[in-house]
Amino acid sequence: MMLPTIWFVLWGVLWAVYFMLDGFDLGLGTLMPFLAKDDTDRRVIYRTMGPFWDGNEVWLITAGGVTFAAFPTTYAVMFSGLYSALMLILFALILRGVSMVFRGEVDDPRWRRLWDTGLFLGSFLPALLFGVAFANLFKGIPIDAEGIFQGNLLTLLNPYGLAGGILFVLLFLVHGSLWLAVKTHGDLHRRAAHLAATTWPALLGMAVIFLVATKRWTTLFDNYAAQPVLLIIPVVAVAALIAMRAFIKRAQWWKAWFASSATIVGITLFGVVGLFPDLLKSSLNPAYSLTAFNSASSPLTLKIMLGVALTFVPLVIAYQVWVHFLFKGKVSPEDVAPEEDY
Amino acid sequence: MDVLMLSRLQFAAATFFHFLFVPLTLGLSILIAIMETIYVRTGDEEYRRMAKFWGKIFLVNFAVGVVTGITLEFQFGTNWSRYSRYVGDIFGSLLAIEATLAFFLESTFLAVWVFGWKRLSPRLHCACIWLVAFASSLSALWIIIANAWMQHPVGYVLRNGRAEMSDFMAVVTQPFAIQQYFHTVSGAYILSGFVVMGISAYHLLRRQHTTFFTKSFRLALGFALIFSVAEVVQGHIHGAEVAKIQPTKLAAMESLWDTQAGAPMWLLLIPDQEGERNLVEFGRIPDALSLLAYHSPKAVVKGLKDFPKGDRPPVALTFISFRLMVGLGFLFVLLTVVGWFKRRKLESSPGYLKVMLYAIPLPYLALEAGWIVTEVGRQPWIVYGLMRTSDAVSPIAASQVGVTLAAFILVYSLLGAVAFYLMVKIARQGPEPAPAVANSGEVAS
Ligand code: HDD
Ligand code: HEM
Ligand code: HEM
Repeated sequence: MMLPTIWFVLWGVLWAVYFMLDGFDLGLGTLMPFLAKDDTDRRVIYRTMGPFWDGNEVWLITAGGVTFAAFPTTYAVMFSGLYSALMLILFALILRGVSMVFRGEVDDPRWRRLWDTGLFLGSFLPALLFGVAFANLFKGIPIDAEGIFQGNLLTLLNPYGLAGGILFVLLFLVHGSLWLAVKTHGDLHRRAAHLAATTWPALLGMAVIFLVATKRWTTLFDNYAAQPVLLIIPVVAVAALIAMRAFIKRAQWWKAWFASSATIVGITLFGVVGLFPDLLKSSLNPAYSLTAFNSASSPLTLKIMLGVALTFVPLVIAYQVWVHFLFKGKVSPEDVAPEEDY
Repeated sequence: MDVLMLSRLQFAAATFFHFLFVPLTLGLSILIAIMETIYVRTGDEEYRRMAKFWGKIFLVNFAVGVVTGITLEFQFGTNWSRYSRYVGDIFGSLLAIEATLAFFLESTFLAVWVFGWKRLSPRLHCACIWLVAFASSLSALWIIIANAWMQHPVGYVLRNGRAEMSDFMAVVTQPFAIQQYFHTVSGAYILSGFVVMGISAYHLLRRQHTTFFTKSFRLALGFALIFSVAEVVQGHIHGAEVAKIQPTKLAAMESLWDTQAGAPMWLLLIPDQEGERNLVEFGRIPDALSLLAYHSPKAVVKGLKDFPKGDRPPVALTFISFRLMVGLGFLFVLLTVVGWFKRRKLESSPGYLKVMLYAIPLPYLALEAGWIVTEVGRQPWIVYGLMRTSDAVSPIAASQVGVTLAAFILVYSLLGAVAFYLMVKIARQGPEPAPAVANSGEVAS
């Protein structure tokens, strides 16, 4: 009982951390076409995520790996069930990854435009699709007794799923613009700050809609009704969302960015905790749902994995934080002069 | 085509493509680390430029390696869900450990290396690339342990309708994994050596940057020589291990149909799977197979006819790939040994340089052929003796897999073309010009 529960929580935390970290990269890629005026702006934007994005993406690989290791049946059913959506995400992430690296290699405007488009698609699509996928997980998807998905890509594009998608895009947009506000100065900084401030009301509106829709279309609130202390999670998420606005007003960018991080983590955990013990809720029949208990690995595997996670994840966090300190400070146009480019 | 066939093609396309980039990452990271270490030790600027130049090629290669790896991580769930469910208890944990121990380290410190030239002391900066090299070897270790478990499952019990871990240490330390690891990694080192030698040969033939590329060439030559010799010796031991744990694969590798004592080896033959015989046999070496596989000329080697038809792998592909790999393995020894004798007069050996330039694709061929032997030779099993590939596939529509397979082929071809174009472009451009003396303090700041 204990081990699967622990792993359920860790599972949720891993996804939340992934969204928090890669969220700003995905947001930056999405906003770049709208915010960057010239090539220098674009280079600066690339540079603000350059040292971090790959390390951030590994949290996704780990979240996937942990799903496989701790809940193999869920991994099997979830990823084969969400086949087309997941493949689309993966192709988009491929595009993003290579765009980051290929762009700077040839000095030609058309070449750069090509990869800038790649970065945009490779950032926007995952942001949207992760939102769609998670909303559908919160709501439940049509899987039958054998764990076979009885639907298609359109099944996932229901109103609630789309609401989740839009919510994620807005979350990441604000998250990315705040990151840019932290990391730049001058005109680009002002535009980033402005974008964060103007997107925020839309984010608030969408968050409210999503909460109401969650009440209407999902059973997530049942867990909260049973254990009211848990309400602290959505309360923190909403408080962070509000606080973000205050920090934006006072131009406290780091604090605003942390508030945005807390919002993302809070919203993800809100859904995950509401799901417990389901990992994959069947909308056909609750008895078909895959839970932390009926889809878990053996106690031995869970124990080994726990040992590995408790030893190495803190280490990972330590060196990733160190990298942030190493590359602290703002990125300026001089940093991205061609001779500085790798 | 059915889901099974499509999924197999898709998996093969994805792993093959991934493995076009993986080996260079594994080996070149070490070569770059050695170059930078020499720079830090001696202060010789040229080695710093070497680390940077080869680092550029490395980065393009690495990027494609990473993005293609991500799809693999999820493919077990998307396309092999029955497999994932059946063996996830063991296999999944190995993949998760790989990510936690290795991928974080690798990506994080590579970024520090790329962007940190001015922010870190030369020593710390050099430590970063060593960490990258270490982490990529570590990632190879864990993924190979996972693959070795599919070749030779150990440390499990069948319980709750699936394979569950019973002995983690047995899984992690099994000898077959160790063999596979050293074999694959040495192959990767050979490949990196050949890539560096080939590109250096290109410039030496044009007589540009000669000291730069002579130094690069010699470094890579030593590296490739050691591992080419090691690969042949160790490959033989590896083969003996295969004979023990996967007799069907061994029989397919040699296209041996009849069980016999003192089994011979043929240099060339054409297998006929339907007719259960070889159409052409040429160059018989008596007793050789028994000797190589069991270290005794009269040992009994089981032939394919002793296994039910449904348990035999595709013979021709396994056989040809094995011959190709082994043949190339000996060729690499020859080429590197010749190189060793010419190492002091490279510039006056245009013939040899030309050969080395055109030899770049050969280690790629050897590595992919090696994986074909291992993976195709394991068929029809996905986990040898435990689960059949046909029972492993996801219950999804063939059309879905058809579409993604087409997308994979399209996207990967484009990706491959662009990556190839970029690497060739960087390689041809050559290193940045030597800096004026005043600049030499730059990195130390
Ligand atoms: C950790 C596991 C693992 C690793 C490291 C590899 N493979 Fe593999 N391979 C599989 C796990 C696997 C698999 C999941 O087990 C497949 C899918 C279908 C099958 O039969 O085995 C497979 C099939 C498969 C096939 C198709 C065989 C067939 O269906 O006839 C090929 C050609 C390869 N692999 C090639 C490779 C290459 C080039 C690899 C180098 C990276 C590689 N494999 C690494
Ligand atoms: C089929 C099984 C495999 C899976 C699921 C897999 C998974 C992955 C993933 C997710 C990445 C990206 C990591 C990142 O972002 O840094 C990656 C990269 C890498 N993988 Fe694999 N991999 C497989 C096969 C192999 C094999 C057989 C080897 C080595 C022998 C290998 C060695 C590497 C290395 C060195 C990298 C670093 C990036 C690069 O290639 O340039 N992988 N792999
Ligand atoms: C000449 C001597 C060689 C021998 C006797 C040899 C032997 C073998 C054998 C028996 C296998 C199959 C192992 C299995 O089924 O699991 C294998 C696989 C493989 N070989 Fe070789 N090999 C040789 C040279 C090479 C060279 C030169 C390369 C690459 C540069 C290479 C790369 C590989 C790879 C990547 C695999 C798949 C991974 C593995 O199973 O270890 N081999 N080799």
